[in-house]
Amino acid sequence: MDKITRFTSRTVVLPQSDIDTDQIVPARFLTTTTRKGLGQALFADWRYDSAGQPRPDFALNQPAAAGCGILVAGHNFGCGSSREHAPWALLDYGIGAVISTGIADIFRNNSLKNGLVPVIVDADTHGWLLAHPGVEVTVDVDARSIRLPDGRTAEFPLDGFSRYCLLNGVDQLGYLLQQSEAITRFEKARAWQP
Amino acid sequence: MTARSLFEKVWDDHQVVAETADTPAVLYIDLHLIHEVTTPEAFNVLKSRGLPVRRPDLTLATLDHSTPTLPIRSLADLDALVGAPAAKQIRVMLDNCREAGIRMLDFDSGQRGIVHVIGPELGITQPGKTIVCGDSHTSTHGAFGALAFGIGTTEVGHVLATQCLLQRKPKTLAINVNGRLARGVGAKDIILAIIGRIGVGGGTGHVIEYRGETISALSMEQRMTICNMSIEGGARAGMIAPDDTTIGYLAGRPLAPSGAAWDQAVRRWRALPADPGARYDREVSLDVAKLAPMITFGTNPGMVIPIDGAVPADTGDASFRKSLQYMGVEAGKPMLGRPVDVVFIGSCTNSRLSDLREAASLLQGRKVSGSVKVMIVPGSQTVKQQAEAEGLDRVFTAAGAEWRESGCSMCLGMNGDTVARGQLCVSTSNRNFEGRQGIGARTVLASPLTAAAAAVTGRISDPRELLAR
Ligand code: SF4
Repeated sequence: MDKITRFTSRTVVLPQSDIDTDQIVPARFLTTTTRKGLGQALFADWRYDSAGQPRPDFALNQPAAAGCGILVAGHNFGCGSSREHAPWALLDYGIGAVISTGIADIFRNNSLKNGLVPVIVDADTHGWLLAHPGVEVTVDVDARSIRLPDGRTAEFPLDGFSRYCLLNGVDQLGYLLQQSEAITRFEKARAWQP
Repeated sequence: MTARSLFEKVWDDHQVVAETADTPAVLYIDLHLIHEVTTPEAFNVLKSRGLPVRRPDLTLATLDHSTPTLPIRSLADLDALVGAPAAKQIRVMLDNCREAGIRMLDFDSGQRGIVHVIGPELGITQPGKTIVCGDSHTSTHGAFGALAFGIGTTEVGHVLATQCLLQRKPKTLAINVNGRLARGVGAKDIILAIIGRIGVGGGTGHVIEYRGETISALSMEQRMTICNMSIEGGARAGMIAPDDTTIGYLAGRPLAPSGAAWDQAVRRWRALPADPGARYDREVSLDVAKLAPMITFGTNPGMVIPIDGAVPADTGDASFRKSLQYMGVEAGKPMLGRPVDVVFIGSCTNSRLSDLREAASLLQGRKVSGSVKVMIVPGSQTVKQQAEAEGLDRVFTAAGAEWRESGCSMCLGMNGDTVARGQLCVSTSNRNFEGRQGIGARTVLASPLTAAAAAVTGRISDPRELLAR
């Protein structure tokens, strides 16, 4: 995983509430056995019509969206299935952070493990971002905040461990493997065996 | 000692390393269920780092998601039935499990089925265990008083390699359900009503504990239906305290403890229910005495109404309008009487024997209406055998429904079973998201009884009327 301290990018806005992981990557793309190339499947049923042509009215298909690395979405983003293909697809497409007022637990966990920054902001900041697509926003993992073009900042929750992992590109499996003695001790000492 | 909830007891019992302000807890996992879709990349990571599977004996594998529901004679049939990529995924899964020494309930085992159906029916889902799977409906197993939740593929790799997960302690939400259910109203209606009440993000960050006299009176299969859909309310896990019903269900199951080990286990399980005075971060109460059968009208499970109610009025909200437009329904109008194209009875929510019996009670001696396509898919091969032993399959086929091999089937469009664009499907599954059952498919979530009523009438119908006839 790459180290992330802070980055600045323009936003693309999808104002719908409750965007679920079936929209982010429809199930028929889950038959893959690797994570590569999933960016093509990102929002497939919203991006393409039944003939496979891009729908011009969809935000990601508009010229202004090219190169945008931050997704601003409606309330409660990422609910539904546990498919890690969702953050994989967003990252593969070039999205590095998702901003909403609420982000579903499993999606949030999956994002943090892959270096996609889940940003939960207050309703005012969120409302402003929804109303101003395409602005440049800085996502600052170090400071746990985002900065808007007028200099305003908004904090977002990020526990110390997840912040440390993002800043240092730490892969959490390495950390868990270091606990193997404690795990063995636990297995031997427990009152019952599963 | 302070009074602890069911969740807190299970959590405390599995902390290898306690959480601190700076670091999450290291939580031990007693049972890791795996299936073909969310594991290949996890095995790739282990292989690339030269890591073995730490506890293949605590891992159980099956095939369900991309698996066909038509009979296969040999693995060579797979490509034709589900397509080359899904067939490859299944083969990769079989190879990975063989190499790692993981028990695989495959096509030949006779015990294959939806991962959340087979854990309980084999008796390996037990009170007080921590259970995870790369699937969000792992919450189902919480019906036994286990702490069970869905994880992503990276975490599947963590559990394969270390049998542990890094976790922050979630908050607790008690949902108290009281009142006696009316005839024709069941567990699916309760959980749909709960999700309608708390919203699809209402349980985010929480583990739900379902409590109250209504819950205590439910069978294990009904409790599983409730816990299954906890994730649809945003909660990763839903739990119900173990009691005589739980213990009675597990007794004699193939992978449940036996002899002296059984007695010890039962003593341990009896200590799991919340202590008097245990505290929850939030509480919600629901009286279900007047509850009607519930159905969804929109594109998430929180968009739900009583079957005899009307779609809510237009609030002007863009997401709401988009959802209604996708579904082809109108604000302020009833759902009752709308023509139905497909009926699906199955999925980890409602594919167990009691669900099939309910559906059969309405289909017995009746015919599927005109052009409605009705698919009934048992949750496991074991359920299939039991249903056939009772003659349920003949009730279904005589009515004109299709009876299939077990699997996820039409719950998600990735195994060949799909709903066509624009068609309306009354489904006993758990997600009515856009495109969930196929591109452009319209899903109405309902109980097995409501689904069976739609099959018979060809329209969205109140099952209470058919039951009264
Ligand atoms: S039946 Fe549906 S919800 Fe259940 S495990 Fe299968 S795909 Fe997931």
